[in-house]
Amino acid sequence: MQWEVVIGLEIHTQLATQSKIFSGSATTFGSEPNTQASLVDLGMPGVLPVLNQEAVRMAVMFGLAIDAEIGQHNVFARKNYFYPDLPKGYQISQMELPIVGKGYLDIPLEDGTIKRVGVTRAHLEEDAGKSLHEEFNGASGIDLNRAGTPLLEIVSEPDMRSAKEAVAYVKTIHALVRYLGICDGNMAEGSLRCDCNVSVRPKGQAEYGTRCEIKNVNSFRFIEKAINTEVRRQIELIEDGGKVIQQTRLYDPNKDETRAMRSKEEANDYRYFPDPDLLPVVIEDSFLNDVRATLPELPPQKRERFQAQFGLSVYDASVLASSREQADYFEKVVSIAGDAKLAANWVMVELGSLLNKQGLEIDEAPVSAEQLGGMLLRIKDNTISGKIAKTVFEAMASGEGSADDIIEKRGLKQVTDSGAISAVLDEMLAANAEQVEQYRAADEAKRGKMFGFFVGQAMKASKGKANPQQVNELLKSKLEG
Amino acid sequence: MALERSDVEKIAHLACLGLNEADLPQTTAALNSILGLVDQMQAVNTDGIEPLAHPLEASQRLRADVVTERNHREAYQSIAPAVENGLYLVPKVID
Amino acid sequence: MHQMTLAEIARGLADKKFSSEELTQTLLARIAALDPKVNSFISLTEELALGQAKAADARRANGENGALLGAPIGHKDLFCTQGIRTSCGSKMLDNFKAPYDATVVAKLAEAGAVTLGKTNMDEFAMGSANESSYYGAVKNPWNLEHVPGGSSGGSAAAVAARFLPAATATDTGGSIRQPAAFTNLTGLKPTYGRVSRWGMIAYASSLDQGGPLARTAEDCAILLQGMAGFDTKDSTSIDEPVPDYSASLNTSLKGLRIGVPKEYFSAGLDPRIAELVHNSIKELEKLGAVIKEISLPNNQHAIAAYYVIAPAEASSNLSRFDGVRFGYRCEDPKDLTDLYKRSRGEGFGVEVQRRIMVGAYALSAGYYDAYYLKAQKIRRLIKNDFMAAFNEVDVIIGPTTPNPAWKIGAKTGDPIAEYLEDLYTITANLAGLPGLSMPAGFVDGLPVGVQLLAPYFQEGRLLNVAHQYQLNTDWHTRTPTGF
Repeated sequence: MQWEVVIGLEIHTQLATQSKIFSGSATTFGSEPNTQASLVDLGMPGVLPVLNQEAVRMAVMFGLAIDAEIGQHNVFARKNYFYPDLPKGYQISQMELPIVGKGYLDIPLEDGTIKRVGVTRAHLEEDAGKSLHEEFNGASGIDLNRAGTPLLEIVSEPDMRSAKEAVAYVKTIHALVRYLGICDGNMAEGSLRCDCNVSVRPKGQAEYGTRCEIKNVNSFRFIEKAINTEVRRQIELIEDGGKVIQQTRLYDPNKDETRAMRSKEEANDYRYFPDPDLLPVVIEDSFLNDVRATLPELPPQKRERFQAQFGLSVYDASVLASSREQADYFEKVVSIAGDAKLAANWVMVELGSLLNKQGLEIDEAPVSAEQLGGMLLRIKDNTISGKIAKTVFEAMASGEGSADDIIEKRGLKQVTDSGAISAVLDEMLAANAEQVEQYRAADEAKRGKMFGFFVGQAMKASKGKANPQQVNELLKSKLEG
Repeated sequence: MALERSDVEKIAHLACLGLNEADLPQTTAALNSILGLVDQMQAVNTDGIEPLAHPLEASQRLRADVVTERNHREAYQSIAPAVENGLYLVPKVID
Repeated sequence: MHQMTLAEIARGLADKKFSSEELTQTLLARIAALDPKVNSFISLTEELALGQAKAADARRANGENGALLGAPIGHKDLFCTQGIRTSCGSKMLDNFKAPYDATVVAKLAEAGAVTLGKTNMDEFAMGSANESSYYGAVKNPWNLEHVPGGSSGGSAAAVAARFLPAATATDTGGSIRQPAAFTNLTGLKPTYGRVSRWGMIAYASSLDQGGPLARTAEDCAILLQGMAGFDTKDSTSIDEPVPDYSASLNTSLKGLRIGVPKEYFSAGLDPRIAELVHNSIKELEKLGAVIKEISLPNNQHAIAAYYVIAPAEASSNLSRFDGVRFGYRCEDPKDLTDLYKRSRGEGFGVEVQRRIMVGAYALSAGYYDAYYLKAQKIRRLIKNDFMAAFNEVDVIIGPTTPNPAWKIGAKTGDPIAEYLEDLYTITANLAGLPGLSMPAGFVDGLPVGVQLLAPYFQEGRLLNVAHQYQLNTDWHTRTPTGF
């Protein structure tokens, strides 16, 4: 049977505020346990929450960025359940009237197409603390530093049809929240966490299959693996005559399997009701307009502009636009070098692999946009070849200065004097007299291959500095002649 | 809508209250009499009436995003039943 | 000395007739001698009190003045007091030394008030008789076999017994006004949002409000002045200027329109109380007030709506008591669920558990609309009734309670019987209105209160009416025998 996969995602993004959503505690990651847990965060008797305006602003900003209806009268509700990392016995969240209503995101897929994914809603809530399991004999330790960190929970429609689409969606959200500066996007530290709702149904069937929720998947790679694993499990289960039970599951990356969460075995009745300690949040039009005015150019617009302005492909444009830092870097390189395609290539390929290798973000790149732009100028004016450029690039990466300095210091300037090149070629051809004989005897097809050998030898002899185009032309006339 | 003993057990579980077996009949009776009282509401016509959550119907005031709290862990944990290395201790948490 | 009101104490201290330290020592000795009969205190704070008294005397010596500077008071034991047990009348918090001061506590300390102790109360403020306290029932100084009312029974009994001139209290469904009525005191529940709830351990957040209990309206004005005000730590606190309550006490009542809801005088009201209410209405008429019959058609639905909303909020508010970060924790929990269930089952008393369960049920899936939402709609009907009434009148008058204080134990095990006693007080909480109870006579030797209600932020008006009434009557000056 042909199966169709249906995926909806709930993404929790920690908002990059200085203080918590309902208290004046710091939100710094990695502090000593419980040193950032105030009376309010600890749920002490008698304490009360007061809402952080920055959290509201950030949520509104997100809402505007996904073209959503903003809940101009939104309400905080209590979600009641007992858990040690939840100090009050309830989480302050939003239920019926969230701050962000229906919106959408356009996500670029690898095949170069764009898919529109619906966002059902996004609401503000407080993060829970952490239970540390393995440290005490038979006991767990509770750290409430994280309790009260503002979260924006972004709930998608079940619009995704493969793990790859799901990842593309998460990447789009990831890029967007970082563009907006509302979340640092650090998935390893849990700043952006993902719950995946996964179900399968026979292709063509209208109603959805029973879904399972995989909780807290925290990297792009694991999202893809967890979904694929869960999809396989569900299909096998159904094909073996079983039935999928709606449940909450955890993904174990070591075993590459999902398992049901024991703590969620009994269906919870969260008894939501409006939090009587908080009043409805009213968002005035003027506030909305102020936030709108601060919106930066967002990835889709940027992508479209890159396509139109620079003639880039959808894929290249969307990769370059995927982070604000990368887009800024790219645009700076273009502004210096003037050649967008060359710049795109260097930023995505050479710079990309360098950063990847060194595990760096683009804002920590060892080669600045100014340096790279300067080097591309030297490629364009034929001072260096593309191949030599790689050497220059590496030298820049290890801190040897500007491209011009390196070219000068290392004597990498391309040789364009045809007399000099001709001399090098003569010497090289003389040293390879046998191959010259064979070349001249060979047919057209064979010659093509052999020609490459002479080019290689010539470049080697010139230490890569001879202008490759001139080498080609001169070599051709010498061999043919 | 009279509650059965099993309903009361379910509610107690939801509210994390350990009830005494012996008290169950009495608790069930008390809850039923309270619910009998509040069920008088059902006779009131509230068609078209908006629920009122707060008497004054004001809107939420917002706080500036400023860190105002300092570390008081020692003081706050001095009244805790069980702590170790700055952590609150509870019986093992199972995911 | 113990017979002095706050106003008299302020004058005496200003005239250097005695020091705050002397007064404090006198009252502490009196409490030590007589409170065992009444059980109005959970904790005495002698050391703190003497320190504060000395500091107040020093401030006075430096030329400072102020109606509360050096005035002895007590705090209901749900106002957090830093480093001092704040028990809420519960085993759950018997070991809880609050790590901070409630805003009310801090403001009064700042004004120079001297805290003699923390007063007894119904557990988590749930009760109308002060019988549900972990620290035992409080007795009514007017008749030690009777209840003092609740939940602020300790504050009321302590003031009635002349242990203190005034005390803080809270009112969620009548917990200031009803004990005031039962113990011949004046008690004021302010407008919701007038007094900060920061540090006031919550029972039902949208109904709770702190206020003063004292013998006279004049004293209530003084204590309220120290308690009221906007607080950025409480989102439901209202940013309205606090008027000078003492300044408006002497406004004439000429032309004041007083409404008498016809629904208040139906069956269930002790006819002897009805008569006393009518007497007080006549008294106010003599002072120039214009009396008008009005209607509050939804008044009768208030109890049902209240006993959904209050328990619902309470069930959630009390979830934080889980034996993890503070308070009672059961012995040797075998797992997490056991920790929660036993800590809460053992730490909370019967009435608290009952209300938590009612609340959890009212909020649970499938019942929310029929209970919680329905109650919130009735809440609006009740508010609308008041808004309409206040178009016609300035103040509403009626009985505070349908019956005088009952015998201790008379309603034990019958929650409904006790709930029905809140009939007249609950509506002010549902609508968020200010309400005041003042002494209006006696039935069988037990005090009876008359309740006044006013529009939002008209506390000054209530105190004005009560003060004018008290200038022309002497009920509030009567002292219980033996005290």
